Amino acid sequence: MADLGVNICGIESPNPFWLASAPPTNTGDQIARAFDAGWGGAVWKTLGEPIENTWSRYSSVDYNGNRMMGLNNIELITDRPLETNLAEIEAVKSRYPKNALIVSLMVESNPEAWHRIVRQAEDAGADGVELNFGCPHGMSERGMGSAIGQVPDYCRDIVGYAKEAATKPVFVKLTPNVADIVPPARAAKQGGADAISLINTINSVTGVDLDTFAPRPTVAGKSSHGGYCGPAVKPIALHMVSAIARDAEAGTVPISGIGGIATWRDAAEFILLGATTVQVCTAVMHWGYRIVEGMIDGLSGYLDSKGMASVNELRGKSVDRLQKWENLDLNYVIKAHVDQEACIGCGLCYIACNDGAHQAIGAEREGDRTRVWIIDDACVGCNLCSLVCPVHNCITMQQQDTEHESLTWVEYGEGKGTLEPRPKHGVTITAE
Amino acid sequence: MTTDVVPGLTPRPALSRSAAFAEAHRCLMCWDAPCIRACPTAIDVPGFIKRIAFEDDLGAARVILEANILGDSCAHVCPTSVLCEGACVLNDVDGRPIPIGRLQGYATGPVIQGGVQLFSAAPATGKRIAVIGGGPAGLACAAELTKRGHEAVVFDAASEPGGLNTRGVAEYKQTRTAALAEIAWLQEFGVAVRPNTVVGEDITFDELLGGYEAVFFGAGLGAIPVLGIPGESLSGVEDALRLIEAVKTGALAPDAFIGKTIVVLGGGNTAIDAARLAVRLGAVRTVVVYRRGPDEMPAYQHEVAEARREGVAFSFWSAPHSVIGDGKVEAMRCQRTAPGASGADGRPAVVTSDEPPYDVHADVVVRATGQATRQSLLSELPDVATDGRGRIIVDEEQRTSQPGVWAGGDCVNGGKEVVNAVAEGMAAARSIDEELRR
Ligand SMILES: Cc1cc2nc3c(=O)[nH]c(=O)nc-3n(C[C@H](O)[C@H](O)[C@H](O)COP(=O)(O)OP(=O)(O)OC[C@H]3O[C@@H](n4cnc5c(N)ncnc54)[C@H](O)[C@@H]3O)c2cc1C
Ligand SMILES: Cc1cc2nc3c(=O)[nH]c(=O)nc-3n(C[C@H](O)[C@H](O)[C@H](O)COP(=O)(O)O)c2cc1C
Ligand code: SF4
Repeated sequence: MADLGVNICGIESPNPFWLASAPPTNTGDQIARAFDAGWGGAVWKTLGEPIENTWSRYSSVDYNGNRMMGLNNIELITDRPLETNLAEIEAVKSRYPKNALIVSLMVESNPEAWHRIVRQAEDAGADGVELNFGCPHGMSERGMGSAIGQVPDYCRDIVGYAKEAATKPVFVKLTPNVADIVPPARAAKQGGADAISLINTINSVTGVDLDTFAPRPTVAGKSSHGGYCGPAVKPIALHMVSAIARDAEAGTVPISGIGGIATWRDAAEFILLGATTVQVCTAVMHWGYRIVEGMIDGLSGYLDSKGMASVNELRGKSVDRLQKWENLDLNYVIKAHVDQEACIGCGLCYIACNDGAHQAIGAEREGDRTRVWIIDDACVGCNLCSLVCPVHNCITMQQQDTEHESLTWVEYGEGKGTLEPRPKHGVTITAE
Repeated sequence: MTTDVVPGLTPRPALSRSAAFAEAHRCLMCWDAPCIRACPTAIDVPGFIKRIAFEDDLGAARVILEANILGDSCAHVCPTSVLCEGACVLNDVDGRPIPIGRLQGYATGPVIQGGVQLFSAAPATGKRIAVIGGGPAGLACAAELTKRGHEAVVFDAASEPGGLNTRGVAEYKQTRTAALAEIAWLQEFGVAVRPNTVVGEDITFDELLGGYEAVFFGAGLGAIPVLGIPGESLSGVEDALRLIEAVKTGALAPDAFIGKTIVVLGGGNTAIDAARLAVRLGAVRTVVVYRRGPDEMPAYQHEVAEARREGVAFSFWSAPHSVIGDGKVEAMRCQRTAPGASGADGRPAVVTSDEPPYDVHADVVVRATGQATRQSLLSELPDVATDGRGRIIVDEEQRTSQPGVWAGGDCVNGGKEVVNAVAEGMAAARSIDEELRR
């Protein structure tokens, strides 16, 4: 069995699976149960000045009969007294010395407030603190959370305040509600951040009740924009994690990847794109702490199958595979191939390609079933048919022999090399 | 379950990857899932199903086999509609439970039938345990002991181990070949099997008790006793177990009953299996003769329904009177019966009527009236207590009344399913392990 243990900026964790700061980490009792279930670490629900919540606070988006593809919330930071949280942090840390326990923090933007709360968290036994610069609703109206994460200068300053008091690692949790994630990441690094966590939730409105006209989650007939998370946000999170990992300056800071992680496969992808640990919220809100068992088994089985003795060997392996578009090979030619034996004749590839892509699939009725075939000359190898096909491995994309060497857009622009013949668009329309 | 137009002897094919994926995604992953509770071996059903959904098939197989080392057999032979699938909450949503058995086979098949080893044994303890009987109970016990570092030796009277799972289970549920492949996998893992060794004849109980640190008794049930009615020795009178085994080994051709009329005596699952087998062997008419009514049949309702769909006829409230024929069977003579007062077990007593008997034409009569307990074998173990029906009495850890002797399977539960035998065998192994490590 591969070793899942990781070390992130000096903090040891028995595995890379952490709970994100959110309802699953509200209380010491919950975190104790999570550690018993196998979670390697947890980020305590954000501490700060006392707040009050609304009652109705979550809403979600279902997809094709599956519940909670995306989750939205308008909940604020912890609503429990600071002393209670600190006492429980102390109890959890002494009962679970081997698990990583980070405490998320959010206070007003003045040095004294940050010094005080950082010291309180450390005194309670936290292995590190995480500065919540991400919460995009409620707290941001009060000048905290994403109001900080969206302005690199504020980010740098406040990390600096925290670092002045901190003796243990400082994580900075970034908001995805920015045009480019790299500037705030660099600012965090300049302020002295030891690690970056991302993403927090994305501004969202999940829907409107068509009878009452009230958006969800409805609070006495009204709503407020909330923060979106869950499986739907994973691609956005992966992009942001990889953008930081690829950046020469910010990429030297270790990353705790967050956003839509529900399975070992999701976690492996974050790790491949540069994350050292991963954090999970929605999936635990949906299924409970028990999902970590499958994550541990799946990841270690996968590492075994790759002949890797430690999860550290996996980290960052895909970072360099993400490139600017202009560096991609224009002479890498693939075409769709239909396994006629496996085909069930649903015709989905035909209609997708014909209406939604490049008119490169033919179809006709043969007896009582539909037969489809690829029109090779027209196929641009876009992958769409293989994405819609419901049968595993029925449509595969196959690399074609080519005459010419690889050629990027940059090289082509410099007049180098020869382009392979491009696909032919067969159908045209006339005015009549 | 769909019924083929012409029912055959081949088991249904494994789920394709796409189908398994779709079904796995339908699973709601219930908390405290009722399917787990309905499984005698308490397999973490949502756990393995979600591993399939998340594309970790080996992980799924590991979850199954850790709870039930014969999980591949169980995937095919378990009456899932009264176990896990019967408990699935989706029955109440749209009547389409998750096909748990088939998903289970999807995960275990490539491992067990493909000879992939997933487990390693704990460091050797040097302790040896004798396992009497290489049926599901004995094999499961031996495998679990092997996993825990002990040396388990399985003694089986038959030339091929596996007990009724190899010889008795309907071939169209699981083939004999698949059952034997599973045993080969267990042997590869380290379970030692001594076939052709009758305990009590080839090796005595005293030798086992003296030579091993513990003994597990899993000898199952015995043969189906003769009824003692006139004509029973005519050619064409068969015993269901021998008939089923003959088909499974190929000794009886798959077209052996073409054009024939078969009468099956009994109302349990073995009777239904024999009748459904007769249909598959080409019988033009198959009649089950049972001395009580449809509601009293011990056979599973879903099996009875399948048999009816396949054309099996039932003659209820009829008891065997005698077999008629000259050298070979020509008819089964039956006596009408009627329900009497309810007995101690809650079922009505059977009262034979005064009406003259009636004859059912028959070319073959199959006796499927229940297996005997292993009385003579058990008489050699006088300290092992049995109940009034000849079943070995055990505590919650499968310990018998004789120290050092555990028991499980049909010989304890009176004849249930493979999965019960596995559960009891594994429970005994855990208890033996604990005891030997004290
Ligand atoms: C016709 C039939 C169909 C069935 N179909 C199903 C089904 O579809 N699904 C299902 O789950 N269950 C089915 N069962 C039930 C299932 O087969 C049994 O519950 C299960 O096999 C019991 O396992 P066991 O290990 O207790 O006993 P057995 O399987 O009976 O094994 C006992 C073993 O002990 C050996 N033995 C006996 N005496 C000695 C001795 N003196 N020395 C050495 N070895 C000895 C025997 O050779 C045998 O291998 C069926 C049973 C029958 C009869
Ligand atoms: C109800 C709810 C409350 C949250 N509260 C906090 C919080 O207090 N502090 C914080 O840093 N992030 C908070 N988050 C964001 C999560 O920690 C996490 O970054 C986000 O949900 C993305 O991960 P996921 O897709 O696994 O849910 C909250 C999320 C939810 C759903
Ligand atoms: S999950 Fe349901 S029961 Fe629990 S707090 Fe929310 S609304 Fe109440």
